[in-house]
Amino acid sequence: MGYNQDPSVPPAALSGAVSIPDALADLEPVRSVTTPLRMEYTATPGASLSKYLRAMKEKRIIGDVCPDTGMVFVPPRGVSPVSGKRTTETVDVADEGYIESFNITRIPIKGRDDLHPPYVSAWVVPDGSNTGSIALVAGDDLDLDDVRIGMRVKAVWKPDDELEESAANILHWEPTGEPDAEVPDMMRIGRPTDGGAQ
Amino acid sequence: MGSTGSKERAAVIGVGQTKYSSTRGDVSMAGLVREAAYRALEMAGRSWDDIDAVVIGKAPDFFEGVMMPEIYLAEALGCVGKPILRVHTAGSVGGSTALVATSLVQAGIHGTVLTLGFEKQSESNAMWALSLPSPFTTSINAGAGGYFSPIIRRYMEVTQAPELIGAMVALKDRQHALRNPYAHVQDPDLTFDKVVESPMLWDPIRFSETCPSSDGACALVLTNEAGGDAHDGPVAWVHGTAMRSEANNYGGRNVVSPQASEDCAADVFAQAGITNPRKEIDAVEMYVPFSWYEPMWLESLGFAEKGEGWKMVESGATHMDGGDLPVNCSGGVLSSNPIGASGMIRFAEAALQVMGEAGEHQVDGARRSFGHAYGGGAQYYAMWVVGADKP
Repeated sequence: MGYNQDPSVPPAALSGAVSIPDALADLEPVRSVTTPLRMEYTATPGASLSKYLRAMKEKRIIGDVCPDTGMVFVPPRGVSPVSGKRTTETVDVADEGYIESFNITRIPIKGRDDLHPPYVSAWVVPDGSNTGSIALVAGDDLDLDDVRIGMRVKAVWKPDDELEESAANILHWEPTGEPDAEVPDMMRIGRPTDGGAQ
Repeated sequence: MGSTGSKERAAVIGVGQTKYSSTRGDVSMAGLVREAAYRALEMAGRSWDDIDAVVIGKAPDFFEGVMMPEIYLAEALGCVGKPILRVHTAGSVGGSTALVATSLVQAGIHGTVLTLGFEKQSESNAMWALSLPSPFTTSINAGAGGYFSPIIRRYMEVTQAPELIGAMVALKDRQHALRNPYAHVQDPDLTFDKVVESPMLWDPIRFSETCPSSDGACALVLTNEAGGDAHDGPVAWVHGTAMRSEANNYGGRNVVSPQASEDCAADVFAQAGITNPRKEIDAVEMYVPFSWYEPMWLESLGFAEKGEGWKMVESGATHMDGGDLPVNCSGGVLSSNPIGASGMIRFAEAALQVMGEAGEHQVDGARRSFGHAYGGGAQYYAMWVVGADKP
């Protein structure tokens, strides 16, 4: 009763158990069928995200404050992911910040013709926020080799007459040319509550 | 918070895997899981009559687009009328599933349980499934590599690790895979230079530093102490189990070494009475879908000091040939990645090592081994320590 070291040997219980009727012997077997599916749905963002999306229409980014640690989370969710407590304070953060880290994506995503590799996918931390989110960093004269951790960036918004209740109002983030930000040490040891609001 | 109270001992008595490949076109999902399950039963010398319950896991349903496949797989497996439970923890699910099965034995609810993880990536598009646009946030993330590559870049920057450490891991795991006939990637001609010259997908991650997409299933038969004592064949005893999770984005989060990872490792080693994991563990099967995660997890799990994991890789410490802590002797996730099974394969391969059944990739004299899985945004963790001796 040892482990089967030879994958070409099937388990005895399944050996020779399957046979194809003579009438089907000459037909090409169907191995798989591709069945495209489509699903449309209405999503309700809830109270916190509704506030966030309405602020987006005014070119403002807002976040929630954790009542225990004072940390600011973007987007607001109504509950602190650190303490689990309901948040009571919402604040504006800047539409400028820094790159916490990034990649240069060189492969396409199926069905996403709006993205054109290579592009910079970065964790951008807005000033006044303690969390980053993944965002596109771009710009007409952006040199991919020049993108770096700590680089200062600012949001590029859609024209005012195209603004909606949507995070897509920020087209991308572009470098400001300011000196690099100092990035908090991600390797430190300790509980997240050891930190504090910036 | 270690586990407390009295509980049944649990033991692995059967391991079954399928040959991992990009397309198993000869079988359906049902045929795939049957193959792994029957192999595990065969090794355990048991039949379905001896199995009290089935615990099954896979990646989210929208990967293959089959909703709640466990419902029809119960019939396909031949376990209709027995309890069947599905576990959902993203990429770590294979590990979590094995631990849920173990807990049913440890709690005395069932005497013998079959647990199984699977994925049929040929019938899905994982990168698409992991890149679904969300209505409320921007979505430009190209699959798992898109998410994990900035974290890897942070690790590289903070530790100042040489740029080619990831290529060393990639080559090592593919060399190990040549000794495992079940491994998907079998490339005897791969060289260090070929890894380095492979195209950047999500800079700084290269193609050859990335896991493949695989079809496959892995199954374990777990039994209680009486079952393990009476078993006439190799046994791997469970010495410790732990699961942890955390939110994937909060202020002050250490994304390189998340708190849940460190807490989970500390718990599982404490349960096993291990104070120096590097010395006391003989073989490691850790979840490394992108090569740089080997040094990152070595540090997070306590096998290396912070900032020193890459030095272990560079010194060859994790290579089967001459290393003191062989990591992923099976070839790891970098060589076979049926997502829902990938975590369970780590647990299964850890068991095979202490059973002395790992064949050509056996670590001589392995007495205690470690199995590890992670998932989501590096936020779900499942780990176990198994041993040749009863704890």
